[in-house]
Amino acid sequence: MPVFEAVRLALQVIWNQKMKSAFSVVGVFIGVTFLIAVVTIVEGMNNYMEDTFAGALLGVNTFGVRYRPSVNVGDTPREVWRSWRRRPRITFEDAEAVAAGLSVPVITAVESESNASVDYEGTTANNVRIIGASDSYFALKGWNIQEGRPFTEQEASFGTPVAVIGSELAEVLFGNSDPLGRTVRIRNFPYRVVGVVEKQGNVFGFSLDNFAVAPALSPVKRFVNPPRIVDALLVKAETDLLMRAAMAEAEAIMRRRRQLRPATDNNFELETSDGVLDFWSKISGVLLAAIPGLVSISLVVGGIVIMNIMLMSVSERTREIGIRKSLGARQRDIMRQFLVESATLSTVGAGLGIATGLGMAKLVAELSFLPASVAGWSIGAAVVLGMGVGITAGILPARKASRLDPVEAISQE
Amino acid sequence: MSAPVIKVRDLRREYAMGAETIRALRGVDLDIMVNEYVAIMGPSGSGKSTLMNTIGCLDTPTSGEYWLNSQEVSTLGDDELARVRNREIGFVFQTFNLLPRATALHNVELPLIYSGEKKSERKRRAEEALELVGLGDRMDHRPNELSGGQRQRVAVARALINKPSIILADEPTGNLDSRTSEDIIGLFAELHDKGQTIIVVTHEPDIAAHAHREITLKDGTVFSDSLRQAA
Repeated sequence: MPVFEAVRLALQVIWNQKMKSAFSVVGVFIGVTFLIAVVTIVEGMNNYMEDTFAGALLGVNTFGVRYRPSVNVGDTPREVWRSWRRRPRITFEDAEAVAAGLSVPVITAVESESNASVDYEGTTANNVRIIGASDSYFALKGWNIQEGRPFTEQEASFGTPVAVIGSELAEVLFGNSDPLGRTVRIRNFPYRVVGVVEKQGNVFGFSLDNFAVAPALSPVKRFVNPPRIVDALLVKAETDLLMRAAMAEAEAIMRRRRQLRPATDNNFELETSDGVLDFWSKISGVLLAAIPGLVSISLVVGGIVIMNIMLMSVSERTREIGIRKSLGARQRDIMRQFLVESATLSTVGAGLGIATGLGMAKLVAELSFLPASVAGWSIGAAVVLGMGVGITAGILPARKASRLDPVEAISQE
Repeated sequence: MSAPVIKVRDLRREYAMGAETIRALRGVDLDIMVNEYVAIMGPSGSGKSTLMNTIGCLDTPTSGEYWLNSQEVSTLGDDELARVRNREIGFVFQTFNLLPRATALHNVELPLIYSGEKKSERKRRAEEALELVGLGDRMDHRPNELSGGQRQRVAVARALINKPSIILADEPTGNLDSRTSEDIIGLFAELHDKGQTIIVVTHEPDIAAHAHREITLKDGTVFSDSLRQAA
């Protein structure tokens, strides 16, 4: 009998005994559901961390020259914090020197930020990220200006009070009316809105669109940082390789400026998204390492259940086996019939588990900030595991069935 | 004269039942020719069921020879015996032995599945066989939707499907009322007229009366073997 037909017959048997089949695949079902749900969430987090989180917060192929890391993951010892605090800050001069000294083709921009409220005719938006930056900042961040324009080089160098705002801030302050040309007050400094940046969405529930970018030399400089100080010089290269080259050059320039001896550590930071991603890969590694244990427990239990149900099934169907043998079924035909049945049963359970696992992951993604992304390998693994458990669990019952004596089997009531 | 379909020499079958040894067959010799219609009779415990199971290759003898179509089958292994059952023997049982969840058509197809026929060919031949036993309009019925007589017709169609050398019927009318019994016996007569070799195991003289030869077993040996003149 061709395998395809054997599977069809097996499905028929399974369907005829819906209740029993459902109970017998619970173990496999739970194991696979868990596998798929966890892998889907972890995979979603992976993509999220790599694309959205690292990309949006730190930028792709971008590093920042800072006096200390802006994103801290894991535990930082106290002494390290203290030594960070003693470091000299990055100045406009440092930034200019590094930007001018890099031979690798890059985009550079300074960045300083602080939170402040923004007012427009009696409406106040609180906790807005106020960013003082260069005119190249928008190109560096890859932001699209949805309305209006970015500020110009002249505006940047004169410190003209113009601002480019995020879509959420525009929404809060202006509703449906046109923000362009209006004057808002950032910490009471009047600023003219010249552009609105396209909506970027959320990272873990935090809006990325609640900000205003103004020239670094405009009045915001008075509160985003002490005089002459910037948070960072951001440097973006085309590729990771170019970024690494630019980092080496930036490090050399900074060390020269600060006259650090060869044995002395850097008293500044070259920050990329690597640190965040490293930390995440440690977490996801732990999560993924826990999967095999938990999944294999439920699969072993599931396999034992299937084996027992199949043994029962062989007893119940002794007569059928006898009939089939009397009609010319060989041992291997009977063996195959029961193996296919148990493999199909288990694979159906795995299939339901895959569907439920994906459904659960999507539901979690809907209801929380956790993202979900389907990993192809996990589905493949689930199917293979399901089938494997079924075949393994089916061997003993199938062998028992195939070895039944036809005379005895057929006279069974 | 052509070689017999069945040639049995000094056939013995012993079972161990606890400490005791049951000797079900104690040296049976038998020749059955092509197109014979044989009734095997005998009281219960006479060994007729064991003889039938052995002739049907469901059981292997403890000693002795059994030749089916000039092939010695008493020495064959399990797989070869399965093949012989599939190709050479058509069983008809007292309790019909149909698969309860399968349709009449699928039940009749079963032997063809094990002989590796293609699906289309299986269907065609199974339909043909069901037509032959007069159940052309009941193909998609399951056994519980058929009367006893109809079930036994399905079983006969299944027995015929691989054009076996012998039809081996074990109390084929044991579960049928007298009218349907006559039906089935009539069907056997028809098949016999077409050249089929038929062996019926029965303890009912009425049924045995339709056969042309009557073999009576007693205590595991052939007690009498007589040809009947008229049929």
